[in-house]
Amino acid sequence: MGLNEKPLSTLHEKASYDLDDFEVPTGREEAWRFTPLARLRGLHNGTAEVTGQVLTQAYTPAGVSSEWVGRDDARIGRAYVPADRISAQAYNAFEKALVVTVPKEAVLAEPIRVEVRGGGVDGASYGHIVVVVEPLAEAIVVIEHQGSAVYASNVEFVVGDGATLRVVSLQDWQDDAVHVSHHHAQLAKDATFRSFVVTLGGDLVRLSPSVSYTGPGGDADLAGVYFVDAGQHLEHRLLVDHSRPDCRSNVDYRGALQGEGAHAVWIGDVIIRVEAEGTDTYELNRNLILTDGARADSVPNLEILTGEVAGAGHASTSGRLDDEHIFYLQARGIPFDEARRLVIRGFLGQLIEKIQIDEIRDRVMSAVEAELAR
Amino acid sequence: MSTLEIRDLQVAVGDKQILNGVNLTVKSGETHAIMGPNGSGKSTLAYAIAGHPKYTITGGQVLLDGVDMLELSVDERARAGLFLAMQYPVEVPGVSVSNFLRSAVTAVHGEAPKLRQFAKDLKAGMDALHIDAAFAQRNLNEGFSGGEKKRHEILQLELLKPKIAILDETDSGLDVDALRVVSEGVNRFRETGETGVLLITHYTRILRYVKPDFVHVFAAGKVVEEGGPELADKLEAEGYEQYTRASA
Ligand SMILES: Nc1ncnc2c1ncn2[C@@H]1O[C@H](COP(=O)(O)OP(=O)(O)OP(=O)(O)O)[C@@H](O)[C@H]1O
Ligand SMILES: [Mg+2]
Repeated sequence: MGLNEKPLSTLHEKASYDLDDFEVPTGREEAWRFTPLARLRGLHNGTAEVTGQVLTQAYTPAGVSSEWVGRDDARIGRAYVPADRISAQAYNAFEKALVVTVPKEAVLAEPIRVEVRGGGVDGASYGHIVVVVEPLAEAIVVIEHQGSAVYASNVEFVVGDGATLRVVSLQDWQDDAVHVSHHHAQLAKDATFRSFVVTLGGDLVRLSPSVSYTGPGGDADLAGVYFVDAGQHLEHRLLVDHSRPDCRSNVDYRGALQGEGAHAVWIGDVIIRVEAEGTDTYELNRNLILTDGARADSVPNLEILTGEVAGAGHASTSGRLDDEHIFYLQARGIPFDEARRLVIRGFLGQLIEKIQIDEIRDRVMSAVEAELAR
Repeated sequence: MSTLEIRDLQVAVGDKQILNGVNLTVKSGETHAIMGPNGSGKSTLAYAIAGHPKYTITGGQVLLDGVDMLELSVDERARAGLFLAMQYPVEVPGVSVSNFLRSAVTAVHGEAPKLRQFAKDLKAGMDALHIDAAFAQRNLNEGFSGGEKKRHEILQLELLKPKIAILDETDSGLDVDALRVVSEGVNRFRETGETGVLLITHYTRILRYVKPDFVHVFAAGKVVEEGGPELADKLEAEGYEQYTRASA
């Protein structure tokens, strides 16, 4: 245990733009103990050569600006400061950053699409993306990761006063991809943030979605679905840092695992600081373990430093398919394989249904269907 | 014409023997009632025939038209024409009633029903059982009241049209109106004369709507007496004491 007994807030104290402020992880650190470092292909220790071929393209509807800017652009690193070694590595290594700006009060009918496509695992690639949603604007961003790559990045979502941002991040990599990213959302007064993460592909994916608040009334929903096959390591590390009063957060991640060496890691950290009176938060992780040899590590942590919360809770469950569910369906003539698919689809589908954009909900559902059919 | 033949069936849960040699034959056109005290093994009989994994068959046979059901998987038995309306229908989160019913009908009838025809049959079935149309979009049995669950079991019975139906306390927990509606559903199922019914119950009130041809008394894991409909009235008046004393 040891490290676990330290207050959560101290585990997230470290933040720096300087790579040298972070030691090369050994695997014994609380933040790295679940991640198979040997499979990171050198992202964590500086040995990865920056010769990768990841192509990032943005498709933006009218009224949205999208620019590739140099490292010195003032908009970079404003909302988020790297919090670990790979994040700092990515911050120091990217060449140009994509900055997407949704102007004040603009309400977009079409989603902004960002495609991150890898062309192989020879050499690493680093990226940086900033999405700024100005006050009272409403936008949808879909980030799709495809192909194969060794890729690390930082993504900053800056959501202005009263603005709404919905983000879907789809990790649909080839089997050999290694992907480590931080996705940070900074919510201003009365801002709304909805994140939906879908992780299906990759050899190793380690995604760290986090939320901070700069004013009261911020509202964040973080949902995620993952499907882990044999040999895959899919890790999601969430952090919601409540430092302003009367904000809300809800985290709901669900995954299914099957096959030898399928490994899911879910860390759900929520900090409610002294100033954050009236916070309402709940976090949930559920894992469905379909076969022997698959393993889910699920660690919810809630640290409450104020006496005045509106609500705070967490839950985590990992279990097998329920025999009674399967029996009931089979007793109505439905063959075992199909019964199993119906139950798994139901388990993940309850979350996927919450995606409010039809087209994207259908895409995610069919990606899950494809996993189930494998 | 179909025949379900239960021969000397012996069933255990874990290392506890529960059924001690059950013999019973149900033919199409017949309705058999099984009555017996709590814990005598009635649900065990029903589940064992359906193939629930919790129960271990330690002896005997269950033949449907000569085919040993005990050799088949749960879904194969259902497709062969067996149906069990459960005492406690299972809640399955995330699976909608309509999706479930379409999958079940497709599996049992061997081909996907035409969408329009299915929608029509489903609506007619739901109307007849006084089930609100909104239930089709709800998750299977999730949050249904006890009576609603039972009505859904009968809806499935009517849509799947099995050869032999086992109804495990489908009448328990129903108010008088629901009891009548559910009984009418069972009677529609019986109407063709080509189906057989094995009805497990504690009460004679359902037997006034669904008239049995035979009544079996179940005690300590076997059939201890058989008779006609009049036996049910006798049981209601006198209870099971004479049988439980005899078998203890
Ligand atoms: N998992 C189990 N372990 C041990 N005993 C069990 C188990 N499941 C069932 N039994 C026992 O088997 C016996 C028969 O149970 P069963 O449910 O078949 O009775 P029943 O006749 O349907 O009763 P009721 O009228 O209450 O529905 C009971 O004594 C019950 O406790
Ligand atoms: Mg029973």
